[in-house]
Amino acid sequence: MSPSALTISEVDKFYGPIDRGVHAVKKLTMEIARGEIVALLGSSGCGKTSTLRMIAGFEEVSRGAISVGGRQVHTLPPVKRNVAMAFEGYSLYPPLTVRENMAFALKAARLAKSEVDAKVASIAKLLEIEDILERYPSSISGGQQQRASLGRALIRDADLHLLDEPMGQLEPQLRAVLRGRIKHFIKERGLTAILVTHDQTEANALADRIAVMEGGVLQQFDTPDRIKERPANLFTGTFVGEPPMNVFEAFVAAAPGKISLKLPDGLSLDYDKDAFSAPVRDQLLSRDRVMIGIRPYAVRRSKDGVPARVSANQWLGDQTHIAADFAGGSLVLVEHDRTRLDLGAPINVSIDPKNLHVFDQASGMAISHGMELA
Amino acid sequence: MEHTSLIERILRGIALTLVVIFFMFPILWIFMMSFQTNETILRIPPQLIFEPTLANYTALITGKLMTAAGTLDIAFMRNLWNSVFLSVTSVAVSLLLGVPAAYAFARHKFRGSEDIAFTLLSFKFAPALLVLLPLTLYFQKLGLANTYFGLIWVYQLICLPLILWIVRGYFEDIPADIEYAYRIGGHSWFATFRKIALPLAGPGIAAAGLLAFIFAWNNFVFALVLASADKQPVTVGALAFITSSGIQYGQISAAIVLSITPTLALALYAQRYLVEGLSLGAVKG
Repeated sequence: MSPSALTISEVDKFYGPIDRGVHAVKKLTMEIARGEIVALLGSSGCGKTSTLRMIAGFEEVSRGAISVGGRQVHTLPPVKRNVAMAFEGYSLYPPLTVRENMAFALKAARLAKSEVDAKVASIAKLLEIEDILERYPSSISGGQQQRASLGRALIRDADLHLLDEPMGQLEPQLRAVLRGRIKHFIKERGLTAILVTHDQTEANALADRIAVMEGGVLQQFDTPDRIKERPANLFTGTFVGEPPMNVFEAFVAAAPGKISLKLPDGLSLDYDKDAFSAPVRDQLLSRDRVMIGIRPYAVRRSKDGVPARVSANQWLGDQTHIAADFAGGSLVLVEHDRTRLDLGAPINVSIDPKNLHVFDQASGMAISHGMELA
Repeated sequence: MEHTSLIERILRGIALTLVVIFFMFPILWIFMMSFQTNETILRIPPQLIFEPTLANYTALITGKLMTAAGTLDIAFMRNLWNSVFLSVTSVAVSLLLGVPAAYAFARHKFRGSEDIAFTLLSFKFAPALLVLLPLTLYFQKLGLANTYFGLIWVYQLICLPLILWIVRGYFEDIPADIEYAYRIGGHSWFATFRKIALPLAGPGIAAAGLLAFIFAWNNFVFALVLASADKQPVTVGALAFITSSGIQYGQISAAIVLSITPTLALALYAQRYLVEGLSLGAVKG
């Protein structure tokens, strides 16, 4: 028995004729282990939903192969794939009550009625929809429908659970509570789940690993921590993280004992040669232009830093987001105290080389993260 | 609820009454004529007060038409039965063929699917007279002329495009994900069609069927040319009342009353579905 729950190998998806139609998913390869929760994260049209629907069997695989539990499924009809799915549009059956909708999903499993009732009750409790079990989909709110739809997917005992934007319609508080419960539920039963989302908080909170997609291409497939700390390229770096990473183009200049990163507007970030680890230093010195990225949390205000000018200042209740005009662009920094700065006030910022992400200027691929090479 | 002033409501009431009188008057007049003899009908000026007689209905039901020139046999009851049989069977065949076709056109885009659907619709563009002559010749060669089978076949020209296009719109309105949800739950394609798509499109199918029934019932020209007396529906059969000794207005009226009663009753009963079905299914972007 293969240990992987899902294997996608070199899958292409074209809408329209192969090689001439819209190329929605490009040479996607990924492997998901049993019991793992994976999030497909990306903006609209990045190919994440196409991928999910190919796994479910609602879209044909143009090229490549998909296996579930070691069994090739991409040519099988949905009914033979043994996967469960929660749909973004809920897709509850209108003539059935919420209870019947959920129980219906178990019909093919041919369980005893008492067992079905018990399962429905426990899922309903988990998702806080016990009070609407006897109502019809048309008479409940979007959030309730979404939970019913999620329940219909989770109640099944499938090899793979596919969740398409499973919590998009829920209120923030409820979403936070349910995230925890659903994760616990999935882990406790050892289910394998793939969720599609454009909400990185959800991806971070639920997933063991996140697959970041853009333009039909898998950009990075890694744990949430590593995606945040070691983004594989500029896209992942700027896409994941809130507020987004600051990115500037820099010219590398070497002086005796120093390395300077020359920014537009005549600004320069000057570092001691020894501030970088040897491999990173060698990489920097071997190029003349790079892209540098700094997380907003890593930007510090200090007296002897590089000058910038405040352009916006927002107190969010638990942190301050300060935007400043800097090096011909905008720099965002986050402070945990309430900082009062007037618009146009001059500030000085410094960036620790430990927090510097360096990317190749042409390809956008990561070169180094702090002291380590990518 | 919007607020309307008294004067607005009165004006609206008057306008509605006028419209209703305008449209209902012919039916009322025919209803009244059906209880009169030709003599009283043709009086000038026409009278609202008359002595009602059931003679017209008796003549129709017994099939004996008394005219000044003598007794004529008419096959009105036979015609009525033909109408019922032809319309019901045609609609049933159309539903059997059209609903699965509509589902296919709604759900599966294949090469030429739009062209085929449009061709079927175009049957409704062509004036019946255009196809009648070749059709008659073919039917005579094939031995289909003056058979129920042939008539029902030709009636598909009327019913099938109507059902196909209305029901297709209905199927397209059902989110495909509802069906996917059912299929992924371990059910076959056909079970999904039967258990999910058909019930959800039910009102639309009913509306389309009803409309097709009315169109089939009202058809005149196909049956006129392709059927002889024993296969003719009421629309054609009514011609028999134009006799050598004059037009039998009383019997014609009674025949009309009898022949519109089934469709009128059906339409009234299913009015709600008709309006809902047509406005939900067909009128969409």
